[in-house]
Amino acid sequence: MSRNDSKYFSTTKKGEIPELKEELNSQYKDKRKDAVKKVIAAMTVGKDVSSLFTDVVNCMQTENLELKKLVYLYLINYAKSQPDLAILAVNTFVKDSQDPNPLIRALAVRTMGCIRVDKITEYLCDPLQRCLKDDDPYVRKTAAICVAKLYDINAELVEDRGFLDSLKDLISDNNPMVVANAVAALAEIQDNSSRPIFELTSTTLTKLLTALNECTEWGQVFILDALSRYKAADAREAENIVERVTPRLQHANCAVVLSSVKMILQQMELITSTDVVRNLCKKMAPPLVTLLSAEPEIQYVALRNINLIVQRRPTILAHEIKVFFCKYNDPIYVKMEKLEIMIKLASDRNIDQVLLEFKEYATEVDVDFVRKAVRAIGRCAIKLERAAERCISVLLELIKIKVNYVVQEAIIVIKDIFRRYPNTYESIIATLCENLDTLDEPEAKASMIWIIGEYAERIDNADELLESFLENFPEEPAQVQLQLLTATVKLFLKKPTEGPQQMIQVVLNNATAETDNPDLRDRAYIYWRLLSTDPEAAKDVVLAEKPVITDDSNQLDPSLLDELLVNIATLSSVYHKPPDAFVTRTHSLAQKTEDGDYPEGDEIGYSESHANPANGAASPPSSSYSVPASVAPASPPPSALVPDLLGDLMGMDDSVVPLDQTATPAGPALPIVLPASTGQGLQISAQLTRQDGQIFYSMLFENSTQVPLDGFMIQFNKNTFGLAAAGPLQVPQLQPGTSTRTLLPMVLFQNMSQGPPNSLLQVAVKNNQQPMWYFNDKFSFHVLFTEDGKMERSTFLETWRSLPDSNEVSKDFPDIVVGGVDVTLDLLAASNVFFIAKRKNANQDVFYFSAKIPRGTPLLVELTTVVGNPGVKCAIKTPSPEMSAFFFEAIETLLRS
Amino acid sequence: MPVAASAIYFLNLRGDVLINRLYRDDVGGNMVDAFRTHIMQTKELGTCPVRQIGGCSFFYMRISNVYIVIVVSNNANVACAFKFVVEAVALFRSYFGGAFDEDAIRNNFVLIYELLDEIMDFGYPQNLSPEILKLYITQEGVRSPFSSKPSDRPVPNATLQVTGAVGWRREGLVYKKNEVFLDIVESVNLLMSSKGSVLRCDVTGKILMKCFLSGMPDLKLGLNDKIGLEKEAQLKSRPAKSGKSIELDDVTFHQCVNLTRFNSEKTVSFVPPDGEFELMKYRITEGVNLPFKVLPTIKELGRSRIEVNVKVKSVFGAKMFALGVVVKIPVPKQTAKTNFTVTSGRAKYNASIDSLVWKIRKFPGQTESTLSAEVELISTTTEKKSWTRPPIQMEFQVPMFTASGLRVRFLKVWEKSGYNTVEWVRYITKAGSYEIRC
Repeated sequence: MSRNDSKYFSTTKKGEIPELKEELNSQYKDKRKDAVKKVIAAMTVGKDVSSLFTDVVNCMQTENLELKKLVYLYLINYAKSQPDLAILAVNTFVKDSQDPNPLIRALAVRTMGCIRVDKITEYLCDPLQRCLKDDDPYVRKTAAICVAKLYDINAELVEDRGFLDSLKDLISDNNPMVVANAVAALAEIQDNSSRPIFELTSTTLTKLLTALNECTEWGQVFILDALSRYKAADAREAENIVERVTPRLQHANCAVVLSSVKMILQQMELITSTDVVRNLCKKMAPPLVTLLSAEPEIQYVALRNINLIVQRRPTILAHEIKVFFCKYNDPIYVKMEKLEIMIKLASDRNIDQVLLEFKEYATEVDVDFVRKAVRAIGRCAIKLERAAERCISVLLELIKIKVNYVVQEAIIVIKDIFRRYPNTYESIIATLCENLDTLDEPEAKASMIWIIGEYAERIDNADELLESFLENFPEEPAQVQLQLLTATVKLFLKKPTEGPQQMIQVVLNNATAETDNPDLRDRAYIYWRLLSTDPEAAKDVVLAEKPVITDDSNQLDPSLLDELLVNIATLSSVYHKPPDAFVTRTHSLAQKTEDGDYPEGDEIGYSESHANPANGAASPPSSSYSVPASVAPASPPPSALVPDLLGDLMGMDDSVVPLDQTATPAGPALPIVLPASTGQGLQISAQLTRQDGQIFYSMLFENSTQVPLDGFMIQFNKNTFGLAAAGPLQVPQLQPGTSTRTLLPMVLFQNMSQGPPNSLLQVAVKNNQQPMWYFNDKFSFHVLFTEDGKMERSTFLETWRSLPDSNEVSKDFPDIVVGGVDVTLDLLAASNVFFIAKRKNANQDVFYFSAKIPRGTPLLVELTTVVGNPGVKCAIKTPSPEMSAFFFEAIETLLRS
Repeated sequence: MPVAASAIYFLNLRGDVLINRLYRDDVGGNMVDAFRTHIMQTKELGTCPVRQIGGCSFFYMRISNVYIVIVVSNNANVACAFKFVVEAVALFRSYFGGAFDEDAIRNNFVLIYELLDEIMDFGYPQNLSPEILKLYITQEGVRSPFSSKPSDRPVPNATLQVTGAVGWRREGLVYKKNEVFLDIVESVNLLMSSKGSVLRCDVTGKILMKCFLSGMPDLKLGLNDKIGLEKEAQLKSRPAKSGKSIELDDVTFHQCVNLTRFNSEKTVSFVPPDGEFELMKYRITEGVNLPFKVLPTIKELGRSRIEVNVKVKSVFGAKMFALGVVVKIPVPKQTAKTNFTVTSGRAKYNASIDSLVWKIRKFPGQTESTLSAEVELISTTTEKKSWTRPPIQMEFQVPMFTASGLRVRFLKVWEKSGYNTVEWVRYITKAGSYEIRC
């Protein structure tokens, strides 16, 4: 039964294109048809056959349906590269849309909708109008989808020509497939519009529920998905809806089942009768279980959804844990998800069975799966108090197998178990200690060290054990170093003998003098101060009782869970992220993306009206990042906890800049960084500013103490950008009741800190009369923008294209209004954010800017907004996307000002 | 949004595009490159079937030597997308006569383009029933070059049937002899611990139908399931017969079955498609009759020898027999030499799957058979890790036996012309994943 189309892929010796041209113009029908097939074959393997456009279009007027379809396929692919020639096809399309054969009428409308050329779109309207009222349901169902296509190309046109009303009329069509497609089209249009277009009333609801019984499986999915937005008025209505939907749970199509489950779960929220709810839960379980006998990919989707469902309604699958036991040949992604659900369903009743399973998995081959199985045992121990002991004995058995990664994973979870049940299971520490030498992963090492430190008084040779780790202190990763530091201090406090005393000296020296890690250094300084000043206080702090941890296996936030449950069966439910976290571009922007097949698209991209820098880029300009709503400020240095013990902490540093005696004139108001109440009468206001290409720390000192203050010095802690004073702080002696301003020149990249970037400046100021003052200043990122940030358009485009999509990040500012364009542009330019181009997109304006931060890192910016209306979308592309969060803060500050 | 796809690609194992179709404009034509570089050429392949790269998400499935990749940029319905792929492949198979692989795609690319255009519009799946599509997409597999009629003859009723309420059956069928074949095919899934306790056991069954019936017949199927029997008894207001009834955990039906009626009356009534189709699937977990018991003992004697003893017992009726019984007994990778004796069938060591494969062509009921083997291992000094024992796996088929005990009680055919129908029923039980830990 097999055809042999593959012959069309073979090439001839002669130049291919001229030969095809000749054949396309042959007088013989069969030869022409073969030629078109060869063209399509060439297109399939990625050859550019757009130069044959006219010749192919000439074959369009044919009675042969197969040939016509091939020509149409060619048109869909190449019309956009030949918009002027595409017009040639319009006449045939219009003619075909009136053909007596409904298949041809539908084909014409379907294909026209796929050709996204403006000129063609206009000719599409009349045929579409006719087809929406066609006698044949096949034509109507095709026309319904075509309205959605047209809306995607030109929303205004659809609204002006009244297509939306025609589409709504189709909801009452007597053919269920037409109804289903109309619902799909309307739901999509509603999704992309801010106006209410497709409102679900109870009459529509009844109509759709009736159509549900008769339409195809896919149509049922469209209708169920659209209806899941419906808010029932009361419990009775909800019960009615559910009653109509439950039969769908028996459908063989997994998409129908999941969409029904989604709908039922939505309505269940309203149902108050516990009997009904219990009954529904009972009905939903079997179909969900059946999904697990489908293809593994479908199982995966089902499992991700079940994970959500059991978080909301744990009773549904409470008795079905066995179906989640892993089969030996399950793909790894299915096994991992099953494990996750097993933890969620584990209870006192089934834990013995579950533990036997976990133990079995822990001896399998796949390392990741084994680790997860071991972790699962620990999570069950934390979740089920009565089963904790059994869990621990399984873990101990596993440790005895002596498989390296099993042991390490077990130690990590045992640490958590100790946190959950303090003073209960410490007898097993001895067994753990036997495995010290096998530990080579940071997390396992850190956990073991924590255990040793925490229970130092019960481990006879705790000091020896710790000492064995201390030998490599400088080479250890940060998390191990931190634990070593703390554990040593604990040991010393618990057993203040000579051995630990020497150890602590070594550790503190190492952690203060020979490390770049500020966390480690700060922690070491605190301990040092605490120990030297007040060992009792040290005990209170270090050996304080720890809060008991709780189970996190139901980890999703309830509001997030609500949102995800509305999205059952969709990507959102698989990623466990809300849709806007990964759907980054609205469709109106995306439609401008040129197909990569058309390099000539590049040439036209730079006019004011069409300046999307992504034209012809390697892939569509969408980003995979979601930006957290606000950047968490860096945690304050630990010094804030016990300031009085720290005395001259920063004074140890001998590079403090002495102060000189000059005054500067007054300037604009500065934010207060050290209020007088904290500074014992000294108030400091300060802000980082940029003047004439130079960064200054603009400061105002106000003395409301009773004594004159002099000898001011300033010091900046290590920070992300390495900001430091370029010269001495110039503040004269400050008489009581007076104030003075100064501009302190700053330099960059002097004293850079490692670790995650932040825009926090930690400052220490000292004078001869008072103790040292510390304050944090969060500076605005835009002061770093350099004056040479202006880019040529071509450079901008090139840079944009050369950066991978993963470097693009975007963020919405829903409440910012851009009033005047010129004002905003001037404002931004004043802060070295330079305007590149602007284009119109539907009713939105899209602006492009460039900026540069020191060391030549460019920032490419795209702002999308409707002028005068709230809502600005900012997208940024840069080689260092980790800076984007600061940029968003900065742009927010600038736009608000 | 119920959108299932913005683009669909068929790739071979090297990553070459065999055929593709863009349905929407929101993904670029070159997104497949991202798939190649970020998934196909990395260890990611096969670790997760849904992946996000940049602003696009990719869903993929491998079927024989073809990767089918769906690309979307919005919050698409993943369940719908995967089901669409599964159904589309079934459709292609039905057109190509069974095979679906790289060659089949190349040889039928014109047909596939045509089908792809028909079965999905703007990312929304449309009618995928082979029965109906074959009415008007008629690129018959091999057409003689001398065929007189071109295939573009309009089919008068095609469009009505695509969209009709009975979208899976065409009208005007005539058969001389009206026949229905019912196959009840059950797969037993078992997971047994080494001590012989059943950890998990269920039966997934399906009823396959082959219909050669004239006109538009209405069919009604009666099974010995508990709920159906009770309902029937209730309707006829007489006590349920005391015969054996079984409890179905879950049933799913082909789209031809009237679900609302099933829900209210518990009867399976339907207008069947013509030819072969899967009428229903069901699952049973209670009261499963396991056809085989397996009793393994595997002893590790020192570091270089293993003693294996496996006893298989058939527990179905003595008059029945199982066919094609295969028992796969895992042995360590470093196996050097094996010696075995079997009481029936043949065994050999298969190094590529690290197993002893024991085959018994015909296994009568109520008998038992034993394999004892001695396995010698290459003694290695480095291998400290103990052998992780994979489970013993078993394959078999038992005709005329249902592990669930399901029986067809009746199949009524009603058609307005009132013809007589011949019904044929067969039962068979196969091994699904039949695993015994050892």
